[in-house]
Amino acid sequence: MSDLTFPADLRYTQDHEWARKDGNAVVVGITAFAQSQLGDVVYVELPEPGKTVTAGESFGVVESTKAVSELIAPVTGTVVERNDPLVDSPEKVNDDPYDAGWMIKVEPADPSAFDKLMDAAAYGEFVAKQG
Amino acid sequence: MAPRRTPLYDAHVRHGGKLVEFAGWELPVQYKGVIDEHRAVREAAGLFDVSHMGEVFFEGEGALEACNELVTNDLRSIGDGQALYAGLLNERGGFVDDVICYRFSPTKILVCTNASNAEKDFEWMKSHAKAGPVVRDAGADFAQLALQGPKAIGILQKLTSADLQAIAFFRFAEIEVDGKPVIAARTGYTGEDGFEIFCRPGDATDLWEAILAAGKDEGLMPAGLGARDSLRTESKLALYGNDIDDEHTPLEASLGWIVKLDKPGFIGKEALVRQKADGVKRKLIGFELTERGIPRHGYPILSNGQPVGVVTSGTMSPTLQKPIGIGYVPPELASEGSTFEVEIRGKPVAARVVKTPFYKRPA
Repeated sequence: MSDLTFPADLRYTQDHEWARKDGNAVVVGITAFAQSQLGDVVYVELPEPGKTVTAGESFGVVESTKAVSELIAPVTGTVVERNDPLVDSPEKVNDDPYDAGWMIKVEPADPSAFDKLMDAAAYGEFVAKQG
Repeated sequence: MAPRRTPLYDAHVRHGGKLVEFAGWELPVQYKGVIDEHRAVREAAGLFDVSHMGEVFFEGEGALEACNELVTNDLRSIGDGQALYAGLLNERGGFVDDVICYRFSPTKILVCTNASNAEKDFEWMKSHAKAGPVVRDAGADFAQLALQGPKAIGILQKLTSADLQAIAFFRFAEIEVDGKPVIAARTGYTGEDGFEIFCRPGDATDLWEAILAAGKDEGLMPAGLGARDSLRTESKLALYGNDIDDEHTPLEASLGWIVKLDKPGFIGKEALVRQKADGVKRKLIGFELTERGIPRHGYPILSNGQPVGVVTSGTMSPTLQKPIGIGYVPPELASEGSTFEVEIRGKPVAARVVKTPFYKRPA
């Protein structure tokens, strides 16, 4: 697991999503650990802009060659943008989980929700405990 | 109960295999990645550990006849040194398992069974075989490697003085590979050319490393269960427990070609004769989704909003870059071009019956 990175400017959830602040919005994706556990990602299903997502609840689906996994929203809010190119190139989730593999941008209902998520050190420890 | 380990367990760990439990065994689902391994098998070669498969010997006077009464295909139709794919059926015509029979001689037949069914198959064959020949569980005698792909034969040839081209498809020979005695069978379950190599368990690791070294510059990769599943799905090769089981007959599973109703009796024959006369009520077909999604085992198949069938296998085909699936549908929906929907997470997704195998290796 030593090759997995958890950038310091991101926040993380126990469901292995990451969140990055982008002005008033929050960009969401899955972590390097999550993609490594899933294996080759071959399909993503993301909500359209305008939809509401709820922290701790499913906002979409990511499928690897063998498994179907729910995507769990880190914050509650409204989807303002979706990474459409990802739909045709889902392998970007494996290749570049923190940049080209981003999934949705959410305008959070409560801007302080972001700060309550785990920081990189806490998430690193959490992942280490997962073995 | 802790899962069993094959003799290659340490080699899998050493090569970075991601181990999972499968059919009571601890096996690698992948090493580098399912798609890379899948492509390696289609374009170069892949090496699989299939030591979990079961082996049963029929030995002695009447071995061929005894085995032939248990399987759908006809062991009399092949010669010594040939292999035969067949169904091992219950009285209702449902699959106890699908097997490959290797005919050494009329007094020696090796039956290779699925890992998940190994014990059940052995008990079934032992209790249903007519008296005379010995029916012996030989699972502990063998480890098994599958070297598959267009470059498989060239790679293996580096390790043996035997002429591998002389072993035609679905034939086998007892030869030496890397100085070790093996049964090299030109069989496999990926839709590619290649060999299944039965060896002594104590020789498995040396053979594994020798074959990987021989294929290093030719793109050979160790490959796991994930690639094995997507490869066999593209080739529409049935998987026991997914596509076939004791509730489905070979005629329903579109495996009529392994049923020889004109041979002397075998278990399940009467049921199949009746079913053939009555016509099957469901048929295993291959389809592709014409909308986005991935079909998976157990998803309902709908027609006009009503459930009419079920998906038994499905994947995003790495070779065709399309979502493909296998499933049972009523006969009226079974012909090429027929359309239906697959229910994916509550949503109907359009699908169309296509010609199978989805992928066929270039001649």
